[in-house]
Amino acid sequence: MSKATLQRRPLVKKILESADDNLLVIAGLGSSNWDITEAGDRPLNMPLWGAMGAPVSMGLGLALAQPNKRVLVITGDADLLMSLGSLATVATQQPDNLAIVVLDNEKFGETGNQASHTSPLNNGPTESGAGADLALIAKGCGIADVGTVREAGEVAQLVKDARTRKGPVFRLVKVMVEKLDFVMPPQDGAHLKDRFRQALLGHP
Amino acid sequence: MNAETSADWRDEIFEVFQTHDIKQVYHVPDAGHSRLIEHCQRSNAIRTVPLTTEEEGIALAAGAWLGGQRSALLMQSSGVGNTINMMGLTKTLRFPFLTLITMRGDWGEFNSWQYPMGQGTPKVLEAMGVLLYSVDKASEVRGTVDAAARSAFNGGQSVAVLLRQKLIGIKDFAKKAAK
Repeated sequence: MSKATLQRRPLVKKILESADDNLLVIAGLGSSNWDITEAGDRPLNMPLWGAMGAPVSMGLGLALAQPNKRVLVITGDADLLMSLGSLATVATQQPDNLAIVVLDNEKFGETGNQASHTSPLNNGPTESGAGADLALIAKGCGIADVGTVREAGEVAQLVKDARTRKGPVFRLVKVMVEKLDFVMPPQDGAHLKDRFRQALLGHP
Repeated sequence: MNAETSADWRDEIFEVFQTHDIKQVYHVPDAGHSRLIEHCQRSNAIRTVPLTTEEEGIALAAGAWLGGQRSALLMQSSGVGNTINMMGLTKTLRFPFLTLITMRGDWGEFNSWQYPMGQGTPKVLEAMGVLLYSVDKASEVRGTVDAAARSAFNGGQSVAVLLRQKLIGIKDFAKKAAK
């Protein structure tokens, strides 16, 4: 029942500040997609509109293909809960260029803020989860460098860790439940893929 | 039977992977694919990634393609059901995708639990717009996998090769139990 105080949008904006061609970003469907888009839509962003459970695996495939670029996955608690095994798969490969930042508001935001499994246990009839600790799960899967961020004073270090620390890095960030506008990137998946490859490889 | 008289088709698949510059191979443990998986694991040119569930392989393949690398997913027919929603990614992103599927519940299968997904495999893949190739003769494996890789990586398609149970050989449960 920790009351989260961090706001996701300014936080993501800080993480992505002055992103250059070295930074490849994948965002999970829903809020994380709108978050990175408000920070500034760019070709080297791959914001997902579906494919729940995909971002960590997609980030891994990209990180292995591009070992000299930084790959940053930004997604939510509900998205990651759908693919916990992907953390163990990341750990088998130990990609030193991959960072995973999970914005945990303890809710299934896109469907009406129902409690996710990261909500506290015994938290009332409609707000209870399991108190699942995704950082502990990541650690248990074999990702050694994990951490949880709750305070504004920890954000500067989070930004550094997400952008430059030797991977695989996993950071869980407890964020507030907020009602925010949708800030939408292009929706056509083939277009998003082609512009990403064009910017990265010089051809679609 | 078949599997013993023509052991080389797995080696031929590995050669086709090299010819097509496949750099990442995803798999779950599988008796049918085991020899191919071991080839990939020993190769310096291929990154082999073990999965906890098959759908990870679709998302990995998308990420590899975003980063400019070709990949292949090795799975059993029983795993195909796990991938169906994620398979939609190959359509929405329109990226080349290649999967090789060892079939169960297909030809003389002893285990009744394998039949529902084995028999459903071609239908659900077709429903998701995946192009199907099928091979049941060892002599046709190389050509079929090569054609599938061309359809995927030159033609931009999402392609599955069904390695039929007739090719792989029937798991002989009675023989195993007697050991």
